[in-house]
Amino acid sequence: MSFKSLLKKPCGLYKMPYDITDLKKGIEKLSENEKDISIMEVCGTHTANIRRFGIPSILPHNIRLVSGPGCPVCVTSQQDIAAAVRIADRDGVIFACFGDMMRVPCENGSLYSLYEKGRDVRLISSPMNALSIASDNPDKQVVYFGIGFETTAPHTAALVEAAYNQGIKNLSVLNAHKTMPKAVSQLLKSKQNNISALLCPGHVASVTGSDAFSFVSNELDLPAAVAGFEAYDILAAIFCITGMIKSKKTECINMYPRAVTKNGNKIAQDLIYKVMEPKDALWRGLGMIPGSGLKFREKYASYDAFKRFEIEKIESAEPKGCLCADILRGERIPPECIHFGVSCTPENPVGPCMVSAEGCCSAYYYFRGA
Amino acid sequence: MCLAIPGEIKDISGSEAVVDYGGVSMHTNLQLVENASVGDIVLVHAGFVIQILDKDDGHELQKLIEEAMRFI
Repeated sequence: MSFKSLLKKPCGLYKMPYDITDLKKGIEKLSENEKDISIMEVCGTHTANIRRFGIPSILPHNIRLVSGPGCPVCVTSQQDIAAAVRIADRDGVIFACFGDMMRVPCENGSLYSLYEKGRDVRLISSPMNALSIASDNPDKQVVYFGIGFETTAPHTAALVEAAYNQGIKNLSVLNAHKTMPKAVSQLLKSKQNNISALLCPGHVASVTGSDAFSFVSNELDLPAAVAGFEAYDILAAIFCITGMIKSKKTECINMYPRAVTKNGNKIAQDLIYKVMEPKDALWRGLGMIPGSGLKFREKYASYDAFKRFEIEKIESAEPKGCLCADILRGERIPPECIHFGVSCTPENPVGPCMVSAEGCCSAYYYFRGA
Repeated sequence: MCLAIPGEIKDISGSEAVVDYGGVSMHTNLQLVENASVGDIVLVHAGFVIQILDKDDGHELQKLIEEAMRFI
């Protein structure tokens, strides 16, 4: 078939050099004689946009898109959420977090239920908001819940460095940050979910660089493509992956060059590792993964909320019957959960994957007709 | 959380920029990028610019797609 028609006219802010219909035909052509292809994505915005754009419905039947541990709220362990609720329930504390974190339930309620009870839990849109809250309230302890991957870790590092430089001492961070490559490596090595390729997270890669995911092709011998977030970005990445599978080649191709470079954002990387260092981290669904978390370096250790509030190890069970852990490993899908759409909805979530707009259950729930 | 939004820098003052998202403007931290200037299209994540976007992306993607065609 001719692919000349792929080279098309400008579209929106960016020049889209190809047409979605042609990409769809290309993917069909490339995959027609292949066995089942399972492509895992590990970014919450990919999870949501793949469902929002109805991409599974236009792909050939032998291509399956599987959601992995890409939603930062979803992978935050039940223990860290229980620690957040315990700290936010103390007198004299202002607890600052992103909105979707507020409604994740644990045995002692959620941050939102504490807010309803009258505790000072504040929704912020940038970690730097916590700094101004701290300087405006010198008689209170302000705690910021630092979650997320390489995309938000530099922000937390910037917050703590600014607090240190400005001598603001009534601020601390409940640091539950995680880094992506080791978790992806462990998950793909397990082979339990039969993943044949990885759709790499575009925004994480904009900080880490596409090279951070080259281990997928080099060490695990699987094709990988860094993808953007428009429908054509995602389809272009799937097109490249299908092409590699057909020709039995494994590479890590950057299909989001407008935001991702080979080496990423060096300033952001340097800032993370100036303020933090690797530690072992507990992921919901994946367990303890060595070196996949971040903790403050000694110089900034006084900003660690776990230490400041003397939070020891908390035991907190995951909700009974909830399949979030299996879903995050790509082993089950939301409709297989007994709670899905019945006792677990975005209004009354049981597990975190239904809370966050980037969660797999939420995406399946909102776009189930797409 | 992973939601980064592209916008256009309208004004810069020190390490802060005013970024316009199709009509809504927000103050944004510029600490994580170098050489940002007014008119740049930037990727903003939780109040920080994390990358300056390449306006010639179409050309680059065209090359990538052509590259992928060798598989057919």
